[in-house]
Amino acid sequence: MDLVQWFVAPLQHEFMLKAILVSALVGIVCSALSCYTILKGWALMGDAVSHAVMPGVVIAYVLNIPLAVGAFVFGVGSVMAIGFIKAKTRVKEDTVIGLVFTGFFALGLVLVSKVRSSIDLTHILFGNVLGISDADIVQTVIISGITLVTLAILRKDLILFCFDSTHARSIGLNITFLYYVLLSLLSLTAVAGLQTVGIILVVAMLVTPGATAFLLSDRFDQMMLIAMVTGVFSSVIGTYISYHIDGSTGGCIVVLQTLLFVMAMIFAPKHGLLVRARTSQALNKTVV
Amino acid sequence: MDGISIQIENVTVAYHGKVALHSASLNLKAGTICGLVGMNGAGKSTLFKAMMGFVKPVSGSILINGLPIRRVQKSSLVAYVPQSEDVDWNFPVSVYDVVMMGRYGYMNLLRMPRSLDRRIVRESLERVDLWQLRDRQIGELSGGQKKRAFFARALAQQGTVLLLDEPFAGVDIKTEKLMIDLLIELRQAGQTILISTHDLASITTFCDQVVLINRSILAYGDTSEVFTEENLSRTFGGFVGELPLAKRRLTQGSMSPDQEQP
Ligand SMILES: Nc1ncnc2c1ncn2[C@@H]1O[C@H](COP(=O)(O)OP(=O)(O)OP(=O)(O)O)[C@@H](O)[C@H]1O
Ligand SMILES: [Mg+2]
Repeated sequence: MDLVQWFVAPLQHEFMLKAILVSALVGIVCSALSCYTILKGWALMGDAVSHAVMPGVVIAYVLNIPLAVGAFVFGVGSVMAIGFIKAKTRVKEDTVIGLVFTGFFALGLVLVSKVRSSIDLTHILFGNVLGISDADIVQTVIISGITLVTLAILRKDLILFCFDSTHARSIGLNITFLYYVLLSLLSLTAVAGLQTVGIILVVAMLVTPGATAFLLSDRFDQMMLIAMVTGVFSSVIGTYISYHIDGSTGGCIVVLQTLLFVMAMIFAPKHGLLVRARTSQALNKTVV
Repeated sequence: MDGISIQIENVTVAYHGKVALHSASLNLKAGTICGLVGMNGAGKSTLFKAMMGFVKPVSGSILINGLPIRRVQKSSLVAYVPQSEDVDWNFPVSVYDVVMMGRYGYMNLLRMPRSLDRRIVRESLERVDLWQLRDRQIGELSGGQKKRAFFARALAQQGTVLLLDEPFAGVDIKTEKLMIDLLIELRQAGQTILISTHDLASITTFCDQVVLINRSILAYGDTSEVFTEENLSRTFGGFVGELPLAKRRLTQGSMSPDQEQP
């Protein structure tokens, strides 16, 4: 059957097998974190961090150390810079975020252009999961492991931190610690996401699955599950599609994610547009 | 503990250099209900925040059960219900989940509830009459029901000290009565309760002690001695003196704006 062939044929290539496994893993990890990102209201922060890791990535290439290390330093560094500037000046937070991440990103661009021979800029910007190296796979697996284990252990503490940090403090939780944990995970997963969809689209991986799931559920655990399912689905199918149409992998993944979001927005059983329209119609009738 | 549960000495709190509370001193006996009374902007919430360590006093010391606040918080002994909850009402948690958060301090690292925790959460929800609504998403409650949910969370925490910042604001008379009855039960169980309120009429019915506050502590002690017309008129700048105390309710809404502190 054609459909079976559509799924099976690409797997004959080793690179496709690797790509699908890696993007599935990245899909799971980013989706899990996306639930916290959107509930904490950190979408812009995610965008900032993922752009700000750029110089770190380039420096890591040059020094021949793991990309994740360089990215992590600059990711966390950018957030600290944002916090510092916000506290010391009268400029509003969103301005500071916009200012800092473009500054870091620009620095990254300059660095890339000076060491061009060894790095392909388009791979950093748009991802290159079809050509992922074994070293990068190992790194993605490690990052995913750290992130998933941390989220599993601190799940409830992080929920409380996002929902009601006053109460978290009043029962003695260390919210500064939780803040930096969440932030570090954001930087780490930005690196993982960068491998598949590239710096520019990473924020979609860190936001969209969570947002879709948020429309579909009022329970955190359910929301997490839905986010992960939609995330993995988009990553895997997106990779297949990009193979068959010979198009951008990151682009295909994110387009799929966005489509799922739009469907949830329209058809969600409780918070969807259709249901809302129907209930307000029913209400209007009873009023008349 | 020598019978003193809350010990505040010479605490001064300032926001951006402006003093909101000036050298407040206060000793409260364990196992009592203490009413905190003062007009808008008098520094009631500020006192609570200082006690919780959320604002750092410029000077002075605060001890709860003889220990600094950080130590007490680690063992979940102080439950605090702020004047208004600063939470995301669309957050995907149920009423039950929220009350369960009061138990986190007693749980292991993974915060897995034991059957004891579940029993206490159920009891707390039943006591505030919200057990039927336990599966609602937290934002789907009315304003007064939300207040009750967070009150239930404080009950579930089973601390020895309970700090309530205007728990009666926006709740109906029946709920207020229910909460007062619960507070009296908690006092019998040995809890120390500090509660700010603008409902002066009910103070004499359940508060053993009263603290009068206006940027500084004006007076504190047994209700019968401190809750006098003269003291109240000092607290409210002469405003209460004209009212028949036991009958009129003084709420935020009934206060004219020029009575408020800047
Ligand atoms: N975060 C803040 N920043 C600056 N000033 C503040 C802040 N919070 C309170 N204040 C000021 O401190 C003073 C005391 O405020 P507080 O909130 O303690 O009053 P309150 O007694 O709780 O009043 P209410 O009855 O209205 O709740 C007020 O003058 C207020 O304007
Ligand atoms: Mg107040």
